[in-house]
Amino acid sequence: MAYKCIVLIKQVPDTSRITGEAMNEDGTVNRGALPAIFNPEDLNALELALEIKEKYGGSVTAVTMGLPSASEVLREALFMGADDAVLVTDRRCAASDTLATSYILTRAAEKIGCDLVLCGRQAIDGDTAQVGPQMAEKLDMPQITYVEEVHELTPSRIVCRRNMGNGWQRTACKLPVLLTVTDQANEPRIGAARRIMKYKNAKTPAEISKEGGSDEDIREMKNKGLLIGQLNLDDVQADLQWCGRDGSPTKVHRIMSVVLTAKESKEVDSSAQGINDMVHELIEDHTIG
Amino acid sequence: MIEVNRQGEVWVFAEQHLGKVEDIAFELLGRARELADKLGVKVGAVIAGDSIKSVCEELIQYGADKVYTVENNLLEHYQTNSYTKVLCALIEKHKPQIVLYGASPVGRDLAPRVASKMKAGLTADCTDLQIGNHEIKKTGEKHENLLLQIRPAFGGNIIATIINYDRWPQMATVREGVMPMPEPDSKRKGEVIDESVSLSAEDLPIEIIEEVRREKSVNLKASRIIVAGGAGVGSKENFRMIWDLANALGGVPAATRAAADLGYIGKDYQVGQTGTTVRPSLYIAIGLSGAIQHQAGMSESKKIIAVNNDPDAPIFDVAHYKVCGDLNEVVPQMIKAVKEKV
Ligand SMILES: Cc1cc2nc3c(=O)[nH]c(=O)nc-3n(C[C@H](O)[C@H](O)[C@H](O)COP(=O)(O)OP(=O)(O)OC[C@H]3O[C@@H](n4cnc5c(N)ncnc54)[C@H](O)[C@@H]3O)c2cc1C
Repeated sequence: MAYKCIVLIKQVPDTSRITGEAMNEDGTVNRGALPAIFNPEDLNALELALEIKEKYGGSVTAVTMGLPSASEVLREALFMGADDAVLVTDRRCAASDTLATSYILTRAAEKIGCDLVLCGRQAIDGDTAQVGPQMAEKLDMPQITYVEEVHELTPSRIVCRRNMGNGWQRTACKLPVLLTVTDQANEPRIGAARRIMKYKNAKTPAEISKEGGSDEDIREMKNKGLLIGQLNLDDVQADLQWCGRDGSPTKVHRIMSVVLTAKESKEVDSSAQGINDMVHELIEDHTIG
Repeated sequence: MIEVNRQGEVWVFAEQHLGKVEDIAFELLGRARELADKLGVKVGAVIAGDSIKSVCEELIQYGADKVYTVENNLLEHYQTNSYTKVLCALIEKHKPQIVLYGASPVGRDLAPRVASKMKAGLTADCTDLQIGNHEIKKTGEKHENLLLQIRPAFGGNIIATIINYDRWPQMATVREGVMPMPEPDSKRKGEVIDESVSLSAEDLPIEIIEEVRREKSVNLKASRIIVAGGAGVGSKENFRMIWDLANALGGVPAATRAAADLGYIGKDYQVGQTGTTVRPSLYIAIGLSGAIQHQAGMSESKKIIAVNNDPDAPIFDVAHYKVCGDLNEVVPQMIKAVKEKV
C-alpha cells in the first residue's frame, strides 16, 4: 500500500533571534528585519512523512500557505525529499487567524487528496498549536496530537506514541488521520547535495512569469519536475466568507512590545556585608524565614 | 458559532483525570469568577467523565455557580471527538459568552477542535484575561464588555490583546500556573445540573492501547521560594550550591532550559515558556541571563534577586535586588547569611 502524505509547513520569522531592530516604534514586529525560517517542528513532521514513505511506500506533498516568497521553504522541502510542493497564495488570505487558515488549508488538502496529514505541533511565531486540530475537524478526520513515533502503519490502522508532557500514550486509529508532530520525533535530515542541485531551480508559475518566462516555459519546468504547484482561493474553491479577515473571528485589539522592569530595585554590594544586609531585609519583611 | 449573548455565563472546562480535577480548572475558576462578577453573570463549570459526581462540590467551592455534568462510561478516558461533541452540544444549548480551557495537552487538543466545529474564535496560551471595550477605528463601531485575551507572541517579544466581538463564544486557553489559585470556600452554594449527550462508537475513533502518566517529581508552583540556577553555574557538581541555598531557605531549586539541557538538574525543574510558570514570593536567579523565554515563566514573582557577573544581563532589568558578582562567592555567602539568621 502506498500512503499519500500531505505535510503542512510554515515559513516563520526566527523568533529566537529577535533583536532591537526587529521591533517597530509602535511595538509591532518588523517581520522584514527577521530572517525567515522553516518552522522547526514542521521539519520533524516532514522527516516523519519521509520515513513513512521510505518504510511503507507512497508520496509526500509539502503544502504551505503564505506570501509568494514562502516558496523558499517548499524548495527546502524538495531538498529533503518531498515529491511535490504546493504553495497556496492569495491576497485574500491576508489577516487569516487560525480558524480561517485551517479552512483554506483544508480546502487545499481536499483538492490534493491524502491518507495522512502531518504538521508540526506548533509554529514558533504564535505557538498556538491550533491549525492542526482545526483542520482535522474540518476534514472530519481523527487527530493524534504530539506524535513522537509511528509504531505501525497498515491500510486500516496507524499506531502512534504521543508525548503528553506528563507521560505518554500509545494510541491507534483508522486512516485517514491527521498527526501533529513534536521535536522529539526525530532528527530532521539535511537536504542531499544531488537534490539541492536539482531543486534549487524549482519555481512557482508566478516566479517563472516574474522572470519573463512564458506559459511554454512553465510547461517545460513541469515536465522536468521543477514546477512548484500554486493554488489561489478560487482554485481550491474556498468560500470567501471563511477566509482572510472576514473568516477570522479573532481580531487584534492591541499590541505592545515587552519591557519588563522591576518596580523598585536595589543594587546589592556583593561583599559579605552587602549580602547579610539583603538577607536581613528579607527576613524583616517576612519574605523569608 | 452562537450569537452575541450578553446574559451568557462564563464557563470553565474542568479537566479531570481518574476522577480528580486538575489544578488548572481551579485556577481558571478563580479568574472566571472575577470576569463573571464584572459582567453580572454566573460561572459554569463543565465536567465530563465516568464517575464525577463527587468533585462537583469542589468546583463550587472554587467559584462555580453551576456545574454541568455529563456522566457516561464512554467518557471515562479523554478523547478528542467525544469531548468535542459534549462541549459543542452544551455550548449550543446554554450559549455561554466565554469558555475557558487549560492550555494543557488535553486543553490544547480539545479547544481548537471545538472552536473549529463552532466556527468561533480561540486564543491560545493567554497570560491574562480581562473585560474591556473595543472600538473599530474605521467605522466608529463600539463593542463593550468583551473578553480581552492577552498573550505573548513572537517568542515572548510582544504582548498581544485579542478580542472576538461577533462569533461567540469567546474562547481562550490559559497555561497552568499563570492565574493564582483561589482559596476554596466551603460555604459557597451552587447547583449541579445533569446533562446527557448521546455518544456512539463513531465518536470514539481512537483506541488507547497503553498510557503512562508520570507525576512531576517536583511541584514548583506550590513553592513560596524558588532558587533557580542557569548555565552560569557551570557544572552539575556546582549546582549542589543551588540545592543548598534552596534547602537553607525552605524552598525548591529550579533551572533555565540551558541548565536543564546541560544535565545540571532534571527537566521537571525548568521554569519558563516551555517549562513551568511560577509566581513565588521570592525568586533567586543565579547565573542565568534572563532570556525572554525564561522571564515568561517567572516575571510575576513578588521579589526577584539576581546574581550575575555581567552587569548588562537582562535578568537585572526585572530584579528587585541586583547582586553583580561571581556566583561562586556570592552564593556561599548567601547560604551562610541565611543559616546564621533564620
Ligand atoms: C522556543 C523557545 C523556548 C524556550 N523556553 C525556555 C524556557 O522555558 N525556559 C528557559 O529558561 N529557557 C527557554 N529557552 C531558552 C532561552 O532562550 C535561553 O537560551 C536560556 O534561558 C538561557 O539559559 P541561561 O540563562 O541559563 O544561560 P545563558 O544565557 O548562557 O546565561 C548564563 C548567565 O550566567 C552568567 N554567569 C556565568 N558565569 C557566572 C559566574 N561565575 N557568576 C555569576 N554569573 C555568571 C552569565 O553572565 C550569563 O548571564 C527557550 C528558547 C526557545 C527558542
